[in-house]
Amino acid sequence: MTIEKHVLSILVDNKPGVLSRIVGLFSGRGYNIESLAVAETMDPLVSRITLVTKADAPVIEQIEKQLNKLINVIKVNDFTGAEYVQREMVLIKVTAKSEHRAEILRMVDIFRCKVVDVGIEHYIIETTGDQSKIDAILKLLKPIGIKEIVKTGIIALLRDQYTKK
Amino acid sequence: MKLTGAQILMRALKEEGVDTIFGYPGGAVLDIYDELARTEMRHILVRHEQGAVHAADGYARAAGKIGVCLVTSGPGATNTVTGIASAYMDSIPIVIITGQVPTKLIGNDAFQEVDIVGITRPCTKHNYLVKNIEDLAKTIKEAFYIAGSGRPGPVLIDIPKDIVNELAEYISPKKVRLRSYNPTYNPNIKQLNKVVKLLKKAKKPVIFAGGGIILSKAHEELTEFARKTLIPVTASLMGLGGFPASDPLWLGMVGMHGTYRSNMAIGECDLLIAVGVRFDDRVAGRTDTFASNAEIVHIDIDPTSIQKNISVSVPVVGDCKITLNHLNNLIKNEDFGDISQKRKKWFDKINEWMNTMPLSYTQTDIIKPQYVVDKLYELTKGKAIITTEVGQNQMWAAQYYHFDEPNHFITSGGLGCMGFGLPAAIGAQVACPNKIVVDIAGDGSIQMNSQELATAVQYNLPINIVILNNQYLGMVRQWQELFYDKRYSSTGMEHAPDFVKLAEAYGAVGLRASKPEDVERVLSEGLSSKKTVIMEFVVEREESVYPMVPAGASITEMLLV
Ligand SMILES: Cc1ncc(C[n+]2csc(CCOP(=O)(O)OP(=O)(O)O)c2C)c(N)n1
Ligand SMILES: [Mg+2]
Repeated sequence: MTIEKHVLSILVDNKPGVLSRIVGLFSGRGYNIESLAVAETMDPLVSRITLVTKADAPVIEQIEKQLNKLINVIKVNDFTGAEYVQREMVLIKVTAKSEHRAEILRMVDIFRCKVVDVGIEHYIIETTGDQSKIDAILKLLKPIGIKEIVKTGIIALLRDQYTKK
Repeated sequence: MKLTGAQILMRALKEEGVDTIFGYPGGAVLDIYDELARTEMRHILVRHEQGAVHAADGYARAAGKIGVCLVTSGPGATNTVTGIASAYMDSIPIVIITGQVPTKLIGNDAFQEVDIVGITRPCTKHNYLVKNIEDLAKTIKEAFYIAGSGRPGPVLIDIPKDIVNELAEYISPKKVRLRSYNPTYNPNIKQLNKVVKLLKKAKKPVIFAGGGIILSKAHEELTEFARKTLIPVTASLMGLGGFPASDPLWLGMVGMHGTYRSNMAIGECDLLIAVGVRFDDRVAGRTDTFASNAEIVHIDIDPTSIQKNISVSVPVVGDCKITLNHLNNLIKNEDFGDISQKRKKWFDKINEWMNTMPLSYTQTDIIKPQYVVDKLYELTKGKAIITTEVGQNQMWAAQYYHFDEPNHFITSGGLGCMGFGLPAAIGAQVACPNKIVVDIAGDGSIQMNSQELATAVQYNLPINIVILNNQYLGMVRQWQELFYDKRYSSTGMEHAPDFVKLAEAYGAVGLRASKPEDVERVLSEGLSSKKTVIMEFVVEREESVYPMVPAGASITEMLLV
């Protein structure tokens, strides 16, 4: 059985403890969470959780059913196989000694990132994109010296409301 | 008119038809208890909060309604966890109300504060912390709705002490509607048409019934279905009583300690109709060989149960009763031909299995535990409500007491929780005062909640506790005998109380049988005593439960006596 990555978009009641029910379900049943992003939707009573997991077909079926079984889960959408847009934002604190500054800025330009903070010995770079773009820039900055990074986790939306796999 | 939180609680419970609560008071619920005493509500004061939950569980199963318990915060709440977990595994509808420290102290490590909502999240169907008095009535209504609908289960409501004293109007919705919770009761008819096709084709069909039959009260529909299609029926531990054991189509229980013919029939059938089961590992220890010659139809209200352990060809999500009713209607006008002729070979085979390996034991000059259950069945004419502890006692109860009706066998199936039987018997007797209630117990398990003898005596509950005393944690000893070269590590239970004296100390009746010829007399005397009674049977110490499918083995690979 092949293990595949799945982007799950989960609409839940925006109530205390709901995230803990979701996370508890994953840890309690031994499912994996690659990334997780949560925020309120247009409807303040509803939150959207974008969760990325890796699982084979029977396990992903169980994950979706188990999620649906939670009383506070309104809807679970597995985007895998559907047309969707996904983005992740990363902040990268990169070592920026004077001899590297110009080179870093060139890369920022090529990748259409932004420098959002400048220090005596560092830049903080903001970049948004899909996995491959983020991986590419991290790879290029690594030899120069990455001090720290933070990722938002993937967020995703279906292109067309009505196309589901 | 404004009511206090305590008054709102009591009124909401009354509106849910609650007339009995199992509970134990404490600081955080003083106000609730003060209010409770002013109402008509019957309160059964247990001796340990675990007992309250098991009693509510036994009550729910015997009465077929929602059981309720009430406990204080902190230790009161944590003591309920085992009971809640057991009810959760067996899908039993109960509502647990826990007191909590005042809202402004939550998170401060206050005296007797625990995050019981956090602790019980994975073992409740749902739970609530009520933070505003305006939400109280609505929350209670929702809790009962969730506990009793769909696949039932325990729901916990945590109520801080200040909420109980605040004032609010009583506003409760007439009906609960939750956009995120809509159980599927009605099956997809297309799927049922596939079932009918399979029924016509099948040469060696078997029905496998589970706890879902009892929970959805589908026993009549199941019986009608089996008789019309002439299909033999087996059941999981939780399904016992869902089909009459006196019916010629009955095969006995299936699984680790199932009957030889049930297990062989599962191995050989070409169509398995599984209704209200979840293919737990005590039934399907080895999944790849389980009913591997069969098309499997799986009917269950919980989609997570389907395709979880066993992959099936026709999944049907729906309530067992409604689904079987649809099926019965669909097959009403179907022509199955000369069905008894068609089934003859299959029944011959089943009879052959029956004759090679019936459930059996040989009574010698030491009491055999099976003999006690046999006699109990005879003397109660199969009409008693049986609760059990856990271990060999539980399996012998399941094998040798034969259930013709649902809601008569009450056991901790999924959790296998020792200490369940006595408090569950209390709950069952409270629910059914005119029934004979018997806890079939082991000498180990009975010591886990024996304090509840005081409860039984206080409320004049004439429950019968039948202790099969083998002076061992017998089931564990059996595994040590079979799989650990008889190294009996910490399973001897020679140091137990004198159970007759224990009964007497609590004001109950204590009786003992040490010889086979005493068994019937002690049982008759105990059963007719109209008092709480312990009947201790000193049984063969190293008797084992057979047949046995070792853990993880194929269902047809049974160890026989
Ligand atoms: C609370 C709990 N602790 C431990 C166990 C493990 N266990 C299963 S059966 C058993 C032995 C039970 O002994 P007894 O009540 O004497 O029953 P017997 O098997 O001898 O009939 C034990 C310890 C359990 N099921 N539940
Ligand atoms: Mg024992």
